[in-house]
Amino acid sequence: MRELKLMKGNEAIAEAAIRAGVDGYFGYPITPQSEVMETLMAEKPWETTGMVVLQAESEIASINMVYGGAGCGKRVMTSSSSPGVSLMQEGLTYLAGAELPCVVVNVVRGGPGLGTIQPAQSDYFQTVKGGGHGDYKLITLAPASVQEMADFVETAFDLAFKYRNPVMILSDGVIGQMMEKVELKEFKPRWTAEYIEQNHSWATTGKKKDRAKNIITSVQLEASVQEAFNHKLQNKYQQVEENEVLFEETMCDDAEYLVVAYGSSARICQKSVELAREKGIKVGMLRPITLYPFPTKQLQERAKQVKGILSVEMSAGQMVEDVKLAVECKVPVEHFGRFGGSVHSPGEVVEALEQKLIGG
Amino acid sequence: MKEEIVIAGFGGQGVLSMGKILAYSGVMQDMEVSWMPAYGPEMRGGTANVTVILSDERISSPILHEYDTAIILNQQSMDKFEKDVKPGGTLIYDGNGITRHPERTDINIYRVDATEEAARMHAVKTFNMIVLGGYLKVKPIVKMENVIAGLKKSLPERHHHLIPMNEKAITRGGEIINEVSLVE
Repeated sequence: MRELKLMKGNEAIAEAAIRAGVDGYFGYPITPQSEVMETLMAEKPWETTGMVVLQAESEIASINMVYGGAGCGKRVMTSSSSPGVSLMQEGLTYLAGAELPCVVVNVVRGGPGLGTIQPAQSDYFQTVKGGGHGDYKLITLAPASVQEMADFVETAFDLAFKYRNPVMILSDGVIGQMMEKVELKEFKPRWTAEYIEQNHSWATTGKKKDRAKNIITSVQLEASVQEAFNHKLQNKYQQVEENEVLFEETMCDDAEYLVVAYGSSARICQKSVELAREKGIKVGMLRPITLYPFPTKQLQERAKQVKGILSVEMSAGQMVEDVKLAVECKVPVEHFGRFGGSVHSPGEVVEALEQKLIGG
Repeated sequence: MKEEIVIAGFGGQGVLSMGKILAYSGVMQDMEVSWMPAYGPEMRGGTANVTVILSDERISSPILHEYDTAIILNQQSMDKFEKDVKPGGTLIYDGNGITRHPERTDINIYRVDATEEAARMHAVKTFNMIVLGGYLKVKPIVKMENVIAGLKKSLPERHHHLIPMNEKAITRGGEIINEVSLVE
C-alpha cells in the first residue's frame, strides 16, 4: 500500500534524504529552506539510520563539513538559500576540483545581496556558469513539484557518485514552501564501510597495505599537471552532456510557439499553455529538468518547428542566454519574468507571449 | 472537478491551517491537491493568505491570478481579492471588521459571521472551522468523513481530543452561512 503524505517541498527533501540512506546533513538555517533541517531535527535519524544531522556555525562551515564527509566516500549534503549558497561557492569549486560527490540544495530567494525571502530563479547563472572560480560544472536538477523534491535527492546522489561531482538541486521558495501529495520511497540502508571501499576506491577510508594512499586535494601546482587534470574534467563534463540531459515536453507536437521554463515557472507556464490554447494559440512547453546539462539538442529540434520561443524565469533574464545559444538565432527568442521576489501569474505569461512574440 | 480557492485574512485566524485541513481532506478523497502559502514578510505584518487547489487531474500552476472561490476574512483581503474571483465564482466573507462590503454583481456572495459565532460558542479557536463548514455547505467538494480524516492527519495526536469540537464548529458553519446575492 503506497503511503501518501501532504508535505512541503523542504520537508520532502529531508524525508527523502533519510530514506535514501544519506550519511550526513550539515546546514545553517535561512528562509525559505529552514524546514529541511527542522524536519531532520524532528525526525532524529541519528537514532534510526545513524545519519548525522548537524547545525554548523555558518554556511561556510557547512560546505566544508560536506567536503570532509564526501572525502570519506560518505553520502553527504547541505541545503541553503541564495545568500547562504553564495557563501558556499568557495567550497563548491574545491569540491569540484577535488572531484568529490555531494548534493547541495538551493531554495532560491530574491537577490542580489540579502534580498528578499520571497521566491526567485535568479541564481541560474551562479549555478550553471560557475559561481566559484575555475573551469568546473555543477550537474543541476530543477524540481517542479514536491514529489520531485523527494525523488531528486536520490537521483542527485546517484549522479554525484557516478561522475564524482557536486550536484545542485536548484529549487525556489514556491516549491520549497508549497504542500503537495508525496509518495515516499522505502527506507534504504546506508552504505557500509566495505561497500564504500569496494565501490569508491578513491575515498579516504584508511590506507590498506596493498594500495597507495588516497589523497583528496584540488591543488596541482605544476601547470602541465593542472592542464591535464582540467582536460580530464572537461571529458567528464562531455560525458555528462551526452548522457544525462533530462527534459519534459507538454503539447509540443503541433506547437507554433514554445515556452521554455523550469521549476516553479514551469508549473505556472503549464497553466499559461492551457489558457493560451483556449484562446487558440498553439503553444507548447519545454521544461529543462537538468539545467546543466542543458537540453540544447532538443531545443534545436523544436526551433525548426516554431515561430518563436519565450524563456520564462523569475529573473531579469538568465536562462534565456542558453536558449539563444541553443537555437543560434534561427527563431526569435524573448525573455519574460517577474523578479526580486515577485512571482508571475499564468495570465501574465500569456500576455507576454502575445505581446513579445505573436503581436510583435 | 477542479476548485481553485484563496483563503485570506489576518495571521492567527487559522487561515493556513484551514487550507491545510481542506487540502488533506482532498488527499483523503484521492484528489490532487496543492497548498501554496504567502510565506513572505506580509505574514509577519499581520495578513496571511493561502491558495488551495483540489482537482481530479494533475495540477498545473500552484500560483493563480483568478479563483473559483475567495474566502475573505478581513478588509485588506477584501480589497485585494474581491476583484480576482472568476465571473460566476464564489466569494465568502466574515462581516466582522468589514467596512466595505463586496460590490460585484457577477459572482455569488455569501456571508458567514464566524467570529461572532465562535465567541458565542465560547470556542474562539474553532473560528476557522466555522468558516470551513460554511464553505463546504456552499461547495460540498469533499465528504465530511474525509474532512474529519483530514483533521486527524493535520492535527498532532495530542490535539486529537479537540476533533469533536471542531466537527461541531464545521456543522455550525454550515447552518449559519447566508446568501447575500447570487448570480442569476
